[in-house]
Amino acid sequence: MKTILIVEDSATTRALIRAVIDELGEVETVEASSGFEALKMLPQQEYDLIITDINMPDINGLELISFIRNNPRYNHLPIIIVSTERSEEDKKRGMALGATAYVTKPFKSLELQEIIKKTIGL
Amino acid sequence: MKSSKKEFIAEAEELLEESQRLVLEIQDTLATGLNPDTINALFRSMHTLKGVSGLFGLQGITNLSHALETLMDDVRLGKIEINRSVISFLFKNIDILKNLVDEIGGGSETDSGPYIKDIQAFRESLKSAGGDATAGGMIDEAIMKVLSEYEEHRLKANMKEGKGIYLAKAVFSLDVFDKALEELTKKIKTKGEVISTLPTSSNVPDGSIGFNLMFGSRTPPEELKADIPYEIEALVKSKTEVQAAPPLPPAQKQDTHLKSTTTTVRVDIEKLDRILNTVGELALAKGAVKRIGTELVDQYGHTSLVYDVHKITQTLERRLAELQDQVLEIRMVPIGQIFSRLAQVIRRYSRDVDKHIDLVIYGEETELDKYIAEEIIDPLMHLVRNSIDHGIEPAEERKRKGKKEEGTVIIKAYQKGNHVVVELRDDGAGINVEKVRKKALEKGLIDKDTELDAGKIMDIIFTPGFSTKDVVSEVSGRGVGMDVVREKLSAFGGFVEVETAKDVGTTFMLTLPITLAIIKALIVRVGHERFSVPLTSMSETLIIDHRDIQTIEWKEVYYLRGEMLPLVRISSFLGIDSDTAGRSFAVVVGYGERRVGLLVDELFGQHEIVIKSLGEYFKRLRGFAGAAEIGKHEVILVLDIEALIDESMVRQKGGTHV
Repeated sequence: MKTILIVEDSATTRALIRAVIDELGEVETVEASSGFEALKMLPQQEYDLIITDINMPDINGLELISFIRNNPRYNHLPIIIVSTERSEEDKKRGMALGATAYVTKPFKSLELQEIIKKTIGL
Repeated sequence: MKSSKKEFIAEAEELLEESQRLVLEIQDTLATGLNPDTINALFRSMHTLKGVSGLFGLQGITNLSHALETLMDDVRLGKIEINRSVISFLFKNIDILKNLVDEIGGGSETDSGPYIKDIQAFRESLKSAGGDATAGGMIDEAIMKVLSEYEEHRLKANMKEGKGIYLAKAVFSLDVFDKALEELTKKIKTKGEVISTLPTSSNVPDGSIGFNLMFGSRTPPEELKADIPYEIEALVKSKTEVQAAPPLPPAQKQDTHLKSTTTTVRVDIEKLDRILNTVGELALAKGAVKRIGTELVDQYGHTSLVYDVHKITQTLERRLAELQDQVLEIRMVPIGQIFSRLAQVIRRYSRDVDKHIDLVIYGEETELDKYIAEEIIDPLMHLVRNSIDHGIEPAEERKRKGKKEEGTVIIKAYQKGNHVVVELRDDGAGINVEKVRKKALEKGLIDKDTELDAGKIMDIIFTPGFSTKDVVSEVSGRGVGMDVVREKLSAFGGFVEVETAKDVGTTFMLTLPITLAIIKALIVRVGHERFSVPLTSMSETLIIDHRDIQTIEWKEVYYLRGEMLPLVRISSFLGIDSDTAGRSFAVVVGYGERRVGLLVDELFGQHEIVIKSLGEYFKRLRGFAGAAEIGKHEVILVLDIEALIDESMVRQKGGTHV
């Protein structure tokens, strides 16, 4: 059983991502509704993948990625950015910071599923 | 309609209300310095609206909010500079979005295509090539790398303004960091702008988390270090390390807004009305129980059973008072809610008549009953439009008079005892006394020789039927006179006063009760009838010896502490017999120029009453504000104080009544 942490401030988008992942089966999801919440949840259990939005109210996704990449405990974790086409520039920066992949909102469920499967080796 | 769709409508309406408030805030701070947080918040609410409407497949709303989101993105990234036309444009499009939301479930849907094209064209027309100053080289690459595009823009904007850029480094325990961080952020916001918040785990003990907050500020570094109890590193020196940056209260305001959305419940005001009604009925029942208690004492003396009844009555009384307070408190809303709607009208209307109005609002947080808040919108709207129409002069004329071209309208609310006062002040031409005089003469309201002081002017302009386009009472296209303003207010015990000075401006002061429904009233007797007078409208009671009553110009007056107090005999006003004793009680009501003494035969003390409307049938009956039940199923009439004062004023002016 793999565990994915979804970091996203919009409840509807979170639900959507969760639904897409649920279809994969064999995967458990944990949700954080803000960057702060994600920071608190990181040490609580082991994750296999982080899916994060960029534009969030407290700390943004880039800052979260930077935190994860600079922490020896988490820096092996794959990270997928799920963000709007609005933040094209930000996605590039996210990739430069060490994100594994990015998916543009609104996404097709198949597309997201494929990327997740490839990333965590399902 | 499906309930999920209803939820969407509620959320969309809330988002749009919030957006409107944000645009207003942007408009208000345009001259004094925009708060980037406000602009970013507007961007975010468009972003959220786009997201949720997309989920519901509402293509029109999705596309339109998307276009606005893109526009706001350019604004927040500094690619588009915000100005009046951008603000008007935003207002217009939020209105369009509101209409689209209203249309949901109605079957027809407006094609949003043209609007979207409109937004795109507008956006293109504004886009400037003007780039930000470069921050490269001055700030560590490792920090620059994690900034989002927006944060980078904010960093450059802060540098462009010559602010110093600092890094505050703090370490908090992992389980409480959000609170501590929030406090630190708040603190920094009083000094400048927080640009980014970077979490870090290097050099941080286990179970803790570090944060590097980058912020821009004009405050000198020594002062920052003294005020912020964390390590502070200066990254870029301030160009003007002299004056302290003005505090940024809007940032804190946003915090409270965030909170309210998570802890509030929306309730239909009608439900609260019903609760309040029930509480009112309970109050009556309590009164009855109390009376039975008193009768028991009379009949059986102080037995233990009687004592028990007395005790339980007291408990009942206290709890009921608490319940009452709590229900009334729930009904309280900040007056800012209606101010923002008002501001919208002002903006739209001033554009229509092509006058630039600088709107200043104070005391938005002042609370009053939701019902009253709703009831005063129309009167306020009326007064505001009057100010713009007839108060504020055209720019040309203002220039000639040596005034600022832009007219100023100040709306101010504050609490004063049991009342909320709303002041509406303009710096226009003032009420044209000569025109008022001419019109009043024509209407036979005054004599040739009548002196027109502020009080008289007000009485005239608020007289029913007195209206002239040139003066102040008629509003374009509305056909409502100032008398309606006064009538509306007096319906719930409020009143209006006016101050005016030529070329300086006019101020209307609306005094409103904070709550209504259950009010304290004085019960009085005139002949065989009993009436009640709301305590909120009276200031004192007197015993008057009839020999002290003087007659001036066919009017009865009494000298109260050296000042003339016009008297109104309730008996002759209502045409009922009164006692023939040589003395009466006077209930002094009203304020200032509109103060009169109502002569009655006896005072019975206070009572809590629930005013009920007299209904359509008695609507034309003058002199009564409603009816109330007091104990033993007895119903008494509540005197309409404003109408009585009006009556006494008319008699003064006409001089026809002896």
